Amino acid sequence: MNVRRQVLKSALGLTLAATLGSAALAQDTAKVGLILPMTGPFASTGKQIDAAVKLFLAQNGNTFGGKKIEIILKDDTSNADVTRRLAQELVVNDKVAFLAGFGLTPLALAAAQVATQAKVPEIVMAAATATITEASPYIVRTSFTLPQASEPMADWALKNNIKRVFTVVTDYGPGIDAETSFANKFKAGGGTVESVRVPLRNPDFAPFLQRVADSKPDALFVFVPSGIGAQFMKQYVERGLDKAGIKLIGPGDVVDDDLLEAIGDVALGSITTHHYSAAHDSAANKAFVAAFKAANNGLRPNFMAIGGYDGMRVIAEALKKTNGNTDGDALIAAMKGMSFESPRGPILIDPETRDIVQNIYVRKTEKLNGELFNVEFATIPMVKDPVKAAKK
Amino acid sequence: MTTLHDRVRSSLYGARRWHPVEFIFWALALASFWLFPRHLLLMNEIAILALFALSLDLILGYAGIVSLGHAAFLGLGAYAAGLLAKHGIGDPLIGLLFAMIVSAVAGLLASPLVVKGNDLTRLMVTLGVALILHEVANSWASLTGGADGLQGITITPVLGLFQFDLFGKTAYLYSLSVVFVLFLVARRLVHSPFGLSLRAIRDNVLRASASGVPPSRRLAAIYTIAAAYAGAAGALMAQTTQFVSLDVLDFHRSADVMLVLIIGGPGYLYGGMIGAVVFKFLQDTIAAFTPQYWMFWIGLFLVLFVLKGRSLVHGGIASLLKHFPGLRMRKTP
Amino acid sequence: MLTILFDGIAYGMVLFVLACGLSVTMGLMNFVNLAHGAFAMLGGYIAVLLMQKAGAPFLLTLPAAFMGGAIVGLVLERLLYRPMYGKTHLDQVMFTIGIVFMAVAGADYLMGSSQQIIRLPSWLQGRFEIAGIGIGRYRLFVLCVCGLLAFSLQWGFTKTRFGSRLRASVDDARVARGLGIPVNRLFALTFAIGSGLAGLGGALGIELMGLDPSFPLKFMIYFLVVVTVGGTSTITGPFFAAMLLGVADVAGKYYVPEIGAFIIYVLMVVLLIARPEGLFARARS
Repeated sequence: MNVRRQVLKSALGLTLAATLGSAALAQDTAKVGLILPMTGPFASTGKQIDAAVKLFLAQNGNTFGGKKIEIILKDDTSNADVTRRLAQELVVNDKVAFLAGFGLTPLALAAAQVATQAKVPEIVMAAATATITEASPYIVRTSFTLPQASEPMADWALKNNIKRVFTVVTDYGPGIDAETSFANKFKAGGGTVESVRVPLRNPDFAPFLQRVADSKPDALFVFVPSGIGAQFMKQYVERGLDKAGIKLIGPGDVVDDDLLEAIGDVALGSITTHHYSAAHDSAANKAFVAAFKAANNGLRPNFMAIGGYDGMRVIAEALKKTNGNTDGDALIAAMKGMSFESPRGPILIDPETRDIVQNIYVRKTEKLNGELFNVEFATIPMVKDPVKAAKK
Repeated sequence: MTTLHDRVRSSLYGARRWHPVEFIFWALALASFWLFPRHLLLMNEIAILALFALSLDLILGYAGIVSLGHAAFLGLGAYAAGLLAKHGIGDPLIGLLFAMIVSAVAGLLASPLVVKGNDLTRLMVTLGVALILHEVANSWASLTGGADGLQGITITPVLGLFQFDLFGKTAYLYSLSVVFVLFLVARRLVHSPFGLSLRAIRDNVLRASASGVPPSRRLAAIYTIAAAYAGAAGALMAQTTQFVSLDVLDFHRSADVMLVLIIGGPGYLYGGMIGAVVFKFLQDTIAAFTPQYWMFWIGLFLVLFVLKGRSLVHGGIASLLKHFPGLRMRKTP
Repeated sequence: MLTILFDGIAYGMVLFVLACGLSVTMGLMNFVNLAHGAFAMLGGYIAVLLMQKAGAPFLLTLPAAFMGGAIVGLVLERLLYRPMYGKTHLDQVMFTIGIVFMAVAGADYLMGSSQQIIRLPSWLQGRFEIAGIGIGRYRLFVLCVCGLLAFSLQWGFTKTRFGSRLRASVDDARVARGLGIPVNRLFALTFAIGSGLAGLGGALGIELMGLDPSFPLKFMIYFLVVVTVGGTSTITGPFFAAMLLGVADVAGKYYVPEIGAFIIYVLMVVLLIARPEGLFARARS
C-alpha cells in the first residue's frame, strides 16, 4: 500500500511540474509528438529519423510562421498499443500540433483514429503499406509506399528479358504489398511468378532460398524489412544463386544504405527500385549526406532518414503557410499539394490522397571510391501510389 | 467438538471479512480519476494489466500453476471482443461477456495440458500454446488483419450512455468497474471451500487427493475461470483502444504479467494490482527519461528486486499487513 | 531433398551447441536460466568485434568467443547466480529475464541495434556439389565443428572422472555431496563450460541466425524447446532434440512454407504432451 501512495505522490508532483511548464510555453510553440521505435528490432529506423529531424532543425532554425517547434520524442518500442496511448497522451496532455514518426505500418494505423478524432495531422515518416493514408483524413506521408517502389521493378524486369521471377517477401503488410503489386504488374506484362512468404521472425532463410535455387528462375524479387537484408544477401550468395545466374531484384529495402557497407561485396550488381539513395546525384543530396554524416559519427543516412528530414520540412512549410495557425484542418490543407526539391529529388504531396508522389530510381549496387553505393541509372518520374491510383 | 469446529471455521473464513485497508485501496483507485486527469489513459492500462495479473494470480497464487503463455487468453479475448464489434455488435458489455466465454472455452480445452506435468513442462506448454496462437493470428490475416492489426472497431457507448472519449474518462471508469466486479467475484471464490481446496492442492497434491479433493478437475476449473478473466482483460483492452494488434499475443505480455504479479506478490489478490501500478509507473517514468534504454533499468530493477529488494518491498507490505489481521500474504509456491 | 536434410542438420547442430550448456545447468542445479542466450550473444559480439576492430581471422575468434562466454559465465555464477539456487523457479525465471533485458539494452547501447555481419574467409564461402547434393562450405564446417564438440562432450560426460561426478551430482546432488564430490565447484565449472559453448554457438551462428541485440529473446524459445524436449539428464537427448528441431524447422519451411512457422511450436507441444518428462529422458521423480 505504501508503494502505491509513493507512486501517487510522485506522479502528482510530475503532473504539476508538467502542467506549469506547458502553460508557460503554450502560446508561441508548436509541439511535434515524434513517436518512434527507439528500442527493439526496429530501433535503427527510429535512430535514423530522430537524427534527421534534429539535423533539419539544426540547419533551418526551429521557428516557422512565428511558432517555435518543440519536439517531444517518445519510444513506442514497436508496440502498437503503446503507440496509440502515446499519441492520445501527446494530443490530450501535451496539446501537440503534429504527430509524426511511425516506424511500422501497424503503429501508424494504431494512431490513425486518434488523429481523426483530435483533428491533428499525422506525418508518417517511415511506414510504407499503401493503405495507411486511407485510415484517416489527417494522415500525410513523406516516406514511400511499397507498390510505388515495386511496380517500376516489374516494368524494368520485363524490358530486360526477365521472364520468370521467384518472389521472396516477409509475411506482413509491406511484404505482401510488394509481392502483389509486383506480381500483378509482371504477370500482366506476360511474365510468370512463383511466390513464397517468409515469417517476420525467421532466423534462417536457407529453406526458402533452396526453393528458389530448385526452381531456377531468371530473377529473385525480394523484400525484407530494413535490417535483415544483410543476412538475406549473404545466404543468397552462400547458396550460389548469384553464380546460377539468378538476378537479385526488388525494392531498395534489402540494400539499405545504412547496412550496405556491412553487407559487403555480395550486394554488388543487385538491381533495385527505390525513392532514395545516398548516392543520388544532386547538390542538395550531397549537402544533406555530408551534414548528416558530420552530425552522426559518419552514419550514412538511409531512406528512413530522408523520410524524417522531408517530414520536418513539410511540417515547417505548413506552419509558414498558415502563419503559425495550428488548426489541424488548416495544416492539412496547407500540406495538400505541397511540393519542393528534396535531397531525394522532387516530391509532391498528392492533394487527393495526401500520399507522396516522387521519382522512383532504378539503381545498381556498385563500388564508388571503395565504398558500396546504390547508383541510380534510370528515373521513372513522379510515380503515384499505384494501389490508390487503381481504385479511382 | 463445536469449539474446534468454530475455530477452524473462523480461521478459514476470517479472511473473508473486508478490511479497512481494502476500502482505502479501492477508494484511492476511484479517487485517482479526479486526482490525475492527465494520466487516465495510463491508469486505464494499469487497470487492465491489474485484471490480467489478477487472472494469473488465480492460477499461480492459489493453484500453483506457472504459466509463460497467459497472453494466449488475453489475445483471444481481445480478438473476440474486437471482431464482434467490427461485425456490428459494438455494445461493450456484450463484447466483454462474449470474450470471456470464448477465452473460458479455450481455457477449458487447454486445461488438460497444464493439469499434469511439472513446473518446467507447464512453462513450456503454455509458452508453446501462446506462440501457436500468435502464429495463427498472424497467418489468418483475412480474419485478424495479421500484423497490421484489427482495424475498424467501433464501440457503442457503455450502457448506451457513456461514449468513449480521447481523454480516457469513460475508458478508465469502465475498466475500473469491470475490474472491481470481477475482483469481488474472485475474492468470494478464493475464500470459498473451492478456493480452499485449491490451496490444499497447491501445497500438497497427494494430501489433497487423499482427503477427497479431485486435483485435476479443480485445477481445470480454476484454469478455465482464470482464462475467462484474462479474456475480460483482453476485451477491455480492445474496447478502450478500439484497436487490436498482434502484440496482445506476444511473448513479452506473458513475461510482463508474470513480473507484475511477482513484484506485487502472488496469493492475496492485491499483488497483481500493486504490481501493475509499480510496473507501469516505472515503465512510463523510465521511458520518459531515457526512451532508448528503459529496458535496461527494468532489467536492473528486476535483478535487484529478486536479489535484495524483494524482502524490502514485501517485508514492508507484510509488516504493514501484520497490523491488519485478516489480510494475509502467501508465500510463492 | 538431401540438401534440405543437410541444411537442417547444420542448423540443428548450432542449436545443440547453443543449448547444451543450458540443459546441463538445468539438470544439475534445477536452475531455469532464461539468460542463456545472453552468453551466446556475448560470444557473437566478441567474434564480431575481434574481426572488425582487431582484424583477427575468423577461426581465432571462435576460441575467443568460447573463453569470453566461459569467463563471464564463471564470474556471474559466483556473484549473481549462486544466491538464486535455493529460490523458487519463479524467482529464477524473473531474475534471468531481468538479466536478459539488461543484456539486450546494454548490447543496444554498446553495439547499436543493427544486425551484425561478419566476413568469412574465402575458403568457407560458397558451396560445392557431391552427387547432386548442394553443400554450403560454411555449413559443412559448422557441422564438423559441432559434431566434434558433441562427440567430445558425450565422451567427457560418460568416460571421464569429471563426467561421472557430474552425472552423480545430476542424479542426486545431496548424496553426491555426501560422497565428497565438490558439487558447487563442479557446477561452477559446468556453468562456465556451458556459457562458453553458448558463446561459441553464438559466434558460429552469426552466419545462420544473425546477431542483433534482441538475440537472447528471439532464440530463448528455441533453446528451451531443445532442452525440454531433449530432457536434462543426458547429452544425447538435447542432441537429437536439436537435430529433430533443426530438420523439422527447415524441411517444414521448404515444403509447406505457409505453415512453416508453426511446426516448431506444434512439435514442442505435441512432444511435451506425449512425453512430459522429455523425449529422451529417463522418467524422474
